[in-house]
Amino acid sequence: MSVVPAEVLPGGALAVEERAEEAPAALGPRARLWPSLAAVYRAQLSRARVARIPLLFVATFQSIGIMILMRGVVDGGAAARAVVAGSSVLVVAFVALNLLAQYFGQLRASGGLDHYATLPVPPAAVVLGAAGAYASFTVPGTVVVAVFGCVLFGLPLAHLWVLVAVIPLAGAALAGLGAALGLLAPRPELATLLGQLGMSAALLLGVLPEDRMPGVVQFARDLLPSTYGVEAFARTFGGDPDWAVVLGDLAVCAGVGVASLAVATWAYRRAAVR
Amino acid sequence: MCVHRAPRAMVRSWDPVGSCLVSTRTEHGSRHGRDVVCAVRGLTKTYPAVRARRGVPATPEVRANDQVGLQVRRGEIFGLLGPNGAGKSTLVRQLTGLMRPDDGTVEILGHDIVRHPERAARILAYLGQESTALDDLTVSLAAETTGRLRGLDVRQARDERDAVLEELGLTDLAPRPIRKLSGGQRRLACFAAALVGERPLLVLDEPTTGMDPVARRAVWAAVDRRRAERGTTVLLVTHNVIEAETVLDRVAVLDKGRVIACDTPAGLKEKVAGEVRVDLVWRERAPLDVPEVAALRSRAVESGRRWTLRLAPEEARAVVATVTGGAAFVALDDFTLATPSLEDVYLALGGNGQGLVKA
Repeated sequence: MSVVPAEVLPGGALAVEERAEEAPAALGPRARLWPSLAAVYRAQLSRARVARIPLLFVATFQSIGIMILMRGVVDGGAAARAVVAGSSVLVVAFVALNLLAQYFGQLRASGGLDHYATLPVPPAAVVLGAAGAYASFTVPGTVVVAVFGCVLFGLPLAHLWVLVAVIPLAGAALAGLGAALGLLAPRPELATLLGQLGMSAALLLGVLPEDRMPGVVQFARDLLPSTYGVEAFARTFGGDPDWAVVLGDLAVCAGVGVASLAVATWAYRRAAVR
Repeated sequence: MCVHRAPRAMVRSWDPVGSCLVSTRTEHGSRHGRDVVCAVRGLTKTYPAVRARRGVPATPEVRANDQVGLQVRRGEIFGLLGPNGAGKSTLVRQLTGLMRPDDGTVEILGHDIVRHPERAARILAYLGQESTALDDLTVSLAAETTGRLRGLDVRQARDERDAVLEELGLTDLAPRPIRKLSGGQRRLACFAAALVGERPLLVLDEPTTGMDPVARRAVWAAVDRRRAERGTTVLLVTHNVIEAETVLDRVAVLDKGRVIACDTPAGLKEKVAGEVRVDLVWRERAPLDVPEVAALRSRAVESGRRWTLRLAPEEARAVVATVTGGAAFVALDDFTLATPSLEDVYLALGGNGQGLVKA
């Protein structure tokens, strides 16, 4: 129990003015952006390892199952490329958009954000660290789905290296969107719902071949950031991909990523101080 | 336990809030320069009314803090005591920069926290009631990450992590995820995270909930060490009156958003020193056919077979004489006579007493 005396001695009232003249005490250090981003990233990755492995299997098998189903309908060509690319990016959408929206929704609702908000860490470090960890966590699943799809539909494996750009950029766009949805949704159930809807949209609009969709749906497809990741990836299965268009698609992902992460950071700030 | 103590000559005038606002210089303070670590003036926060939604009833406007004024001095353990809903957590959220007050000022070590809420994170460490941000991490990684987010570099964070886990006896649990620990261990792990990356002010919201006595001792030993070595100040939120009496230097008692008293635990107890608490436990029911017992009924707080009375010492002696003899004694199962606790102070001050924990 308490052994240090801090007994109150009566008398000697201290005037408020006397205190006001004292200089404010030195503040503790501020956590800088990159080191704190790295710390959040590492912590989130370890969290994901503990808690999210079963969900990663679900994401991977879901995509593999969809490809097997579509194998009966599609025999190759542009449609096959779209299916493989769409299924691969779906893994990213499942984890980065859906799971991250749920995570931030729950963190906000349960008061868990207080922990970060009472540490001198830049909001961007928390959002980017978590988004980065969730996006990286999709790598194994996405690669497995892409390789399996290429083998299943007889597509060339030569340009699969493009995933090195597709996963982080589509990941940034979708994770930013997921984080923003999770932090803006007034209730955690709503965050979960929005995350699920976003993933369903990525599934339907990304996996199904574009030319069979009605105009309105095609427009919705153009609005979804995952579409550009899917298209960039699908184009590289061709014999002689048009790299300029691939780069253009990836640039859209990057742009959406920057914008959505900025919105998510703003939403975090807003959610942290109520 | 039966203690008879004459009321002291004069305790202090009946000025519940005023005693908080008039700061007295402590020995600690004069040694370390700044005397007041945290000054709160006129803090007011009202939660707006919420309209009913499906499944959620409407709640009226609630004034969670009403003109709260406090001064926490350097090196003391200052407590906020009150039942659930008294406004303790709302007050703490405003002190830690998590919530903006509607009105009033908060000054911590010379920094205006209402105007610069982001500075709070660089002055104080906060242990909230929720651990969801750390739950999936191992004890070790939770402490290290928290230290890094307090601005430590990797080496410092690891050194401090190891030292704090050792100090709190958590070294064996270091590789285990916090989620897998028992409630008390989880709380201790979060407390460890709060200690990594030294801060002059610790704000602890019910830190020892669910802890066993060993863990509690570890917490208070760690707090005392920091106090003795670095003059660390602690603001403690509690609804546990026993803990409040044993660890606090001063305590502010909150009820319905207002500070209804603020003094040392002993000073508060002096306010009701003229009273003794008598607990009577009846075997089956109170023998109301005994006129003396029937007369007491209106003054007793009944809870099941238990009657609790707050009486002047002479009255208490008479009551004990009555119930330990004759017909009343046959119906009596047990009785205790005790000097006032902080709970009695709370009740005497007009608090409703529901929700305070005695453990």
